[in-house]
Amino acid sequence: MHPVIDVRGAVKRYGQGESSIFALDGVDLSIEAGEYVAIMGPSGSGKSTLMNIMGALDVMTSGKYFLDGIEISSMDENALSVVRGRKIGFIFQSFNLIPRTTALANVELPMAYQGIKSAERKMRALKALEVVGLSDRVNHEPTELSGGQQQRVAVARALATRPALLLADEPTGALDSKSTSDLLDLFDQINAAGRTVVVITHEMEVAQRAKRIIRMRDGKIISDSLNAELVK
Amino acid sequence: MNFFEILRFALRGLTINRLRTFLTTLGIMIGVSSVIILTAVGNGSSKAVQSSLDRLGTNSIQVRSGSGGFGLRARAVSNNTKPLTVADAVALVDSVQAPDIKSAAPVMNANATCVNGTSTSTPSTFSGTWPSYFEASNTSIAKGVYFSNDDVTQGRRVAVIGNTTATELFGTDNPIGQTVRCGGIPFTIIGTTAVKGSSGFLDGDSLFLAPITAVQNSLTGYQPLSTIIVEAKSAKTTDAAQSEIQTILDARHKVKSSTSRDYRLFNQATLLATSSSSSQVFTVLLAAVAGISLLVGGIGITNIMLVTVIERTREIGIRKAIGAPKRAILSQFLIEATILSLVGGALGVLGGFVGSHFTIVGVKPVIMPSSIFLAFGVSVLIGLFFGGYPASRAASLRPIEALRYE
Repeated sequence: MHPVIDVRGAVKRYGQGESSIFALDGVDLSIEAGEYVAIMGPSGSGKSTLMNIMGALDVMTSGKYFLDGIEISSMDENALSVVRGRKIGFIFQSFNLIPRTTALANVELPMAYQGIKSAERKMRALKALEVVGLSDRVNHEPTELSGGQQQRVAVARALATRPALLLADEPTGALDSKSTSDLLDLFDQINAAGRTVVVITHEMEVAQRAKRIIRMRDGKIISDSLNAELVK
Repeated sequence: MNFFEILRFALRGLTINRLRTFLTTLGIMIGVSSVIILTAVGNGSSKAVQSSLDRLGTNSIQVRSGSGGFGLRARAVSNNTKPLTVADAVALVDSVQAPDIKSAAPVMNANATCVNGTSTSTPSTFSGTWPSYFEASNTSIAKGVYFSNDDVTQGRRVAVIGNTTATELFGTDNPIGQTVRCGGIPFTIIGTTAVKGSSGFLDGDSLFLAPITAVQNSLTGYQPLSTIIVEAKSAKTTDAAQSEIQTILDARHKVKSSTSRDYRLFNQATLLATSSSSSQVFTVLLAAVAGISLLVGGIGITNIMLVTVIERTREIGIRKAIGAPKRAILSQFLIEATILSLVGGALGVLGGFVGSHFTIVGVKPVIMPSSIFLAFGVSVLIGLFFGGYPASRAASLRPIEALRYE
């Protein structure tokens, strides 16, 4: 059984020559299927860059990346778009729903790009919205939903494609505490169902829910341990 | 991901911002229809000039008094100018010296207002002439009769009038046999001419023709003639007829060299050539103006397409992050641009057709088919290129770059 994420010697450099900055400075990371991982660190630590590379949104300067056993680091943009659609479900801090488009259409969208037939797409989208508890909001547009509801639509959109990996970048950054705890309960539930979840955050409260906590600083991993709370 | 799915996205994209869609379509529509209408106006005016000249007859030649030049030179010769006389017209009909001349008619223009009861009319052409004028000037009778050579000899006050004059004086009544007073002199109407139509600002049907003797006796006196209208035997012999006129008149007017002639010749064929070339210039000018408006419309499309794409860069980033391939995004924007320019172009063609049904500044527009294809084609190409270019740039961005775009 291969790991879901296998990053080796990841380097991401911005700029050229002496003024260049290393956002990632030789990161090795392996995440097994079914894990629930939180990546923590202050701003500028490289955690967002790492997440963008794991999500195939960005490419690294050097290093290798295997996602679900497939090497991603050598793929071109067209192949990457397929990987993003099939293997990864994204959740962003700013929700990133398509404006003026209903919750249902937003959840259906990635499946539409995969070429899934309309009837099956709709069924799966309704199912995913039911999982996140929004069955009564399927025909609402993003502006008609609260922040917590929008983020749950984004979770439904990420789940509906049945990805190998759920990647969340500061998912609670724009939410109040009630919505935050609802969302984190949802993540627990998703992970309990067997899906791999990786959350980038700088909030301890969020990281505490994960089973494994990775801390970063200056583009390097400084600690990688099982959650002390859970170990106790 | 099939075509209809992308088409659906494109239609959604268009309906989301209705005002922008409407304005873009309007811009293309105005550009396309102005090209079609303006070239149709140019084309129509050149057609109108041509047909009015055709009606005058291509084998007629006008002889007018005065030298060929204007200003000082014309005044300098004018001291020696011998007026054109009826005798000149008589001399031109000479089967020996001028075998190519069929007929010649002296024309004496007058200005007179005609009155019938309370109705008045001032014909733009009020001429005394000979019966041969009718054939030489391509004027035919619709009702009644021509005046005869006998009427000329006897100086009878009879007249043939044009349609406009008849309507102004008699309304819907039959003018034949009625009497009108022109400049205080009574004339009996014996015929009306067939409708000629107008050429530019001159109404060809505002016409009053009477025997030259009657006009001279009662209205103008024995002044020099305004013109002599000469008819050549055929259109082919107008050049020969022209040189025969010059030989005869040079001798009669004692002209020493061809530069000091005291009369001028106007050939309908050369007038036709001049006017059609000048109306061609007119058409080209109008087309240039229309082309500029199409260009401005095109810049408008470009601008809106650019703004649309830039504004939606973030959306493009989201779509890419959830697995949209570049092809799907590019197609979506290309289809949006195509729909806009196709619909705008089609509405523009429709507008052009509708607009060309109205008479514009006195000209009946005649649509040039080439202008339709040109305007439509250019608008679609502009839409595709300037819609496609920014879309392709946005679709090529890494998703992370597009997502960071604010």
